[in-house]
Order: sequence, then structure tokens, then C-alpha cells
Amino acid sequence: MSLKSPAPPAPAPEAPYRAPRRVGFSQTLSRWDVKVSPYLYISPFFILFAVTGLFPLVYTAVVSLHQWTLLGGQGDFVGFQNYIDVFNQPNFWKSLRNTFSIFLFSSVPQVVVAIAIAALLDQNLRARTFWRMGVLLPYVVAPVAVGLIFGRLFADQSGLINAWLGAIGIDPVKWHVDVIPSHIAIASMVNFRWTGYNALIFLAAMQAVPRELYEAAIIDGAGRMRQFFSVTVPQIRSTIIFIIITSTIGGLQIFDEPRVYDEYGTGGADKQWLTTTLYLYDLGWGTQANFGRAAAVAWLLFIVIIAIGLVNFAITRRISSGDAPKMTRNQRRAYARANAARRNR
Amino acid sequence: MSSIGVTQQTAGKGAARAASKKRNRKLVGGYDRRPRWVTYAILALAVVIGILPLYYTLIIGSSTPGEIAANPLPQLFPDASLFANFSAVINSTAFSFWKAFGNSVIIAVVTSLSIVLFSTLAGFSFAKLRFRGRGPLLLFVIATMAVPTQLGVVPLYIVMSQLNWIGQLQAVIVPGLITAFGVFWMTQYLESALPYELIEAARVDGASLFRTFWSIALPAARPAAVMLALFSFVQQWTNFFWPSIVLNQNNPTLPLAVRLLQANYFVDYTLVLAGVFLVTLPLLILFIFAGRQLVAGIMSGAVKG
Repeated sequence: MSLKSPAPPAPAPEAPYRAPRRVGFSQTLSRWDVKVSPYLYISPFFILFAVTGLFPLVYTAVVSLHQWTLLGGQGDFVGFQNYIDVFNQPNFWKSLRNTFSIFLFSSVPQVVVAIAIAALLDQNLRARTFWRMGVLLPYVVAPVAVGLIFGRLFADQSGLINAWLGAIGIDPVKWHVDVIPSHIAIASMVNFRWTGYNALIFLAAMQAVPRELYEAAIIDGAGRMRQFFSVTVPQIRSTIIFIIITSTIGGLQIFDEPRVYDEYGTGGADKQWLTTTLYLYDLGWGTQANFGRAAAVAWLLFIVIIAIGLVNFAITRRISSGDAPKMTRNQRRAYARANAARRNR
Repeated sequence: MSSIGVTQQTAGKGAARAASKKRNRKLVGGYDRRPRWVTYAILALAVVIGILPLYYTLIIGSSTPGEIAANPLPQLFPDASLFANFSAVINSTAFSFWKAFGNSVIIAVVTSLSIVLFSTLAGFSFAKLRFRGRGPLLLFVIATMAVPTQLGVVPLYIVMSQLNWIGQLQAVIVPGLITAFGVFWMTQYLESALPYELIEAARVDGASLFRTFWSIALPAARPAAVMLALFSFVQQWTNFFWPSIVLNQNNPTLPLAVRLLQANYFVDYTLVLAGVFLVTLPLLILFIFAGRQLVAGIMSGAVKG
């Protein structure tokens, strides 16, 4: 055996014997079912979002760079001309001012009052469901309906609010003429519809606060007020921040209420309550019928909202990286619904 | 601390009762005791503020233009002229009330059902099935909730006009067929409400995934599905911005009808507000029957613990 023959290939470890079997059609189908179905089931959302959400948003940028009118359709590429035109229209700046002003008048009091109502509801009330339903009632009134009713309540002549003000010796306010009063009137419509809704979200957050914290506070001699400010408010801080963020996204797109605040729907004689979305509508489908400019406004507002959202997010992270409690899954669920409900308001 | 018995003997019955009251309150931590009347009074005020505009609507709707010019609150109770105004609105020539009503019903019902079906299907997949990219995809769904998609109206309108859908209901229905919120909501619910054992049992019995969804997941999702349907219904019923762009007065929804009323009858505000009440009425009726569910839906975090 001097000759070295090449070593025979090591026998492969014998595979476990598998009976040759026919893969049945139903089995193929079943494997295919397990692999593909999960994607199939989630596809309606992604397809619809791509077509009716993402694409229009991205394409807004394209439209904004073109000459584009409602009747004439797509025209020449004009670069940033539409943006320059918009910046040169005083109404654009007025609309931004009005939007932020109305937003401030609606969000700040709303959060404060909603927390107060939630604190009242977060007690051992009799007829608990009645009170909860009671504060939620305005939520089912459509914003346009609220707008018309409040437009009348805040009428300059023979409106109920002015009559009441007169009764306590205050001169009638020109709600449909002056800038700030018109903002207050419109903000009050938003507050009317959403305060109770937000109160219930805060209530849900308050009920998740561990009761031991209150017991500890009571043992330390804290009164009702002290408990509220030292236990309740810090514990629901993440909810407060969340509500502020979502109401920013919704509030900066306000349209329905200013649209019906008077019969013309164009933001007042002097554009006192022209909001940015109303301005967008007027550019696209109103007097100018100019899609290019409307798209430019939409894109600008989008950037503003995203920027504010990111600032909010950064602040939130800084604040809540401290001792704030983590949100529970259920809290997140409650917030998400609030977010969704506000998105289209 | 002296016992109540000692107090009774040394300081009398009244003192004993007072002491025991105070002690009980302390024992329950001040939390479970009934609130005082002030709480109820403030809450009642909040509820009254919520009802007052609706009441005012009825009063104005029962008056005449001359009366409201003379007195901002012409009468204390609604009267029969309200119904005259109702019928004037219903028979208005500016738009067809019943058509608007029917359109609102169609849009709200179709989108609610579709949202529930597709969201439950997607929620079932996200919550209970394993597949590549599941986490990132779910995160994407959640992230889209923060995107102001309403601002894409210009291209959306262009798409709808290419499809010749301007003025037609599908232009409102199709974009509303499924929502990110619905998917998120059903995912959250099914994660906790649907045990894996049930799914496995169905699979062992040879059910396809869709059959499993239809016979196991859908029934299990019912409580959350009802709430989702309610919120979707309210949202679509009150929706104004997009319908006002893509629909017109020949084929309006009720919120558009409100705006048409205002534009056509602003000289007679009694008619306008009667119409506003008429438009609001269906949701008020819904609220009476389903308000409890809406409250529970908003608070479900706390309720379901």
C-alpha cells in the first residue's frame, strides 16, 4: 500500500430517511397562506396610505414648483415663484398670525379646564356615567354646526354673549370686526367641542395614578390642592404633553370653524380670522383657483407643523427623561385615539 | 389613640359620633369619600355650558328674524314654529336635504364598516402573526398618525378629477376606507384579547388563516370593533374640509348642507339654526344610545386596566 490513493470522499452523514412524498396542493396552499397572508392582511392600509396620503403629500411639492391652475391644469416649471408670490401676499402672513393666535386661545385654556374637569370627575361621584357623558356631549356636534351656532351667539348685534356682557355693564364687543375678539370666538368653538373629550383622556390618565401615592401624600399631611399639584399633575405630565402635541397638529390646520364664522366664508372683510388652511382653500378653489400657490402654502404649513412637532418632541424627551413615569400601553392607546380624532377636525 | 368607646364614655355620644366620622374619613384616605356639593355644582355648570348652545339653537329655530333682532333670547321654550322651520329646511330649493342625509349615511356607514373590517384584519396580522418586518411596519403605521395628510388636498383633488370622481361619493369614501388609528387600535386590543391557544386550535383543525380571522379573531374583537365603528361614524358624519372641496351642492353631505343653508339663508338665521339642529339630531340620538360606549372608548385605557 505504497500508493496513496486519493481518499474516498467521506461518506456524507446519512440523511434521515424521508419517504418520498407528494407535496399535496392543500399543503402548498397552506404554506403559502402562512407566508403571504400576513402581508396581504396589512396591505390595505399601506396601499391606501400610499395612494391617498403619502403620494399627495409628496406630490404637493411638485405642484408647488409649477404653474398649475384649477381649470388650466399643469403648466410650466416655475421654480420657487409660487413661494415668492405667496410670501408677497400680506394675507399669507395674516393667516399665519391668525392661526397661531387662535391656536393659543384654544389650546391653553382648553388643557387647563380639561384637567380641572378631569380632577372633579376623578372622585367617587354619584351617577358617574352621567357626568362623563355630560361633558362629552359637545363632541358629537359637528364643527360646522358649532361654528354656525357660535357665530350667532357671538353676533355683533343682538347676540346672546353681547347681551350678557351688557347685563354686567360691558360695552358690546365687535366679535366679527376686531381681530382678537374674533379669534376668541373661534377658539371658544374649538374649546366647546374638545374640552370634555380631553377631560376624559386626562381622567383615564389620573385613574392610572397609583393610589398609594395619594395615601402617602395624605399621611404627609397634604390637602386636596397639594395632592393635586404635587401628585396628580406630575403623574399625568406625559398625557399633558401628548395632548399639547396632538392639539398642535390639529389646531394649526383649523378650517371648519373660521369657514362658517360668517356667511362669506373668506375670513372676514379684513381677513381678521383667515387661517392658513382657509387661505389654502381660497387660493386653490376660491378666487384665485391657483393650485401652484395653494400647494406652496400647504407645503409651508406642513413644514411649520413638522418643525413644531419636532421641537415639541425634543422638549418632551428632555422633560420626560427625568423621573416621569413611562406610559402604559393603555395610556398610549388613549392618546393615539385622541391624535386620530383630532387629525381631521 | 383612644377608642370610640372611651370617647363615648368621657365626652358623650355626639363627640363619639364625630370622632368616628373623622376617623373613618381618615381611614379611607380621603379618596373614596363622596365629594361635596361644590364638585357637583361645577360639573353641572360644565354640562350646562355643553347643552346651552344646543338649547339656544332650538330657541332661535323657533323664532322669527324680527324677534331675534329685538331680543337675543326671544323665548324660553321652543315652540311649534320650530317644526315649520324644519320643514322649510327639508323642502329647501337650495339643496336636497334627504339627498344630503342619504349621502351622509352612505359615507359614514360604508367607511365605518370598512375601517372595522380592514383594521381588524391588519390588527390580527400585526398582533398575532409572525412575519419579517412586522415591528418596523407597525411603527410606520403609528408614525403616520402624526402626519398632517390633510395638507395633500391639492394633488388628491387632481387625482380625483383624473378619475372623474369630483362631485361623487367615492371621492370621500375611498380615502376614508382605512385609518392608521384603526389599525393601531385593533392591534393593541387583539394583542391582549385573543389568546394564541384559540388560533392554534383553529389551525390544527385545518382552518386557513382567513378562516381563523373570520371565525376567531373577528368575534373576539367585537367590543373594540364597536367602539372603533362609533368613532369612525362620528368622524365621517362631522367631516367637512375634504367633502367641501370634492363634493358640490348637487351632491352634498349634511355638513355641506349646513354651509349651503348659511350661504343661502343668512338673512333668516332662524331657518339656518333650525337646519343646524336637524343636522345635529342624528348624532344626538346616537349619543343617547351609544354615549356610554364613546366614554368607555375614550377611557378604555383606564377601564380595561
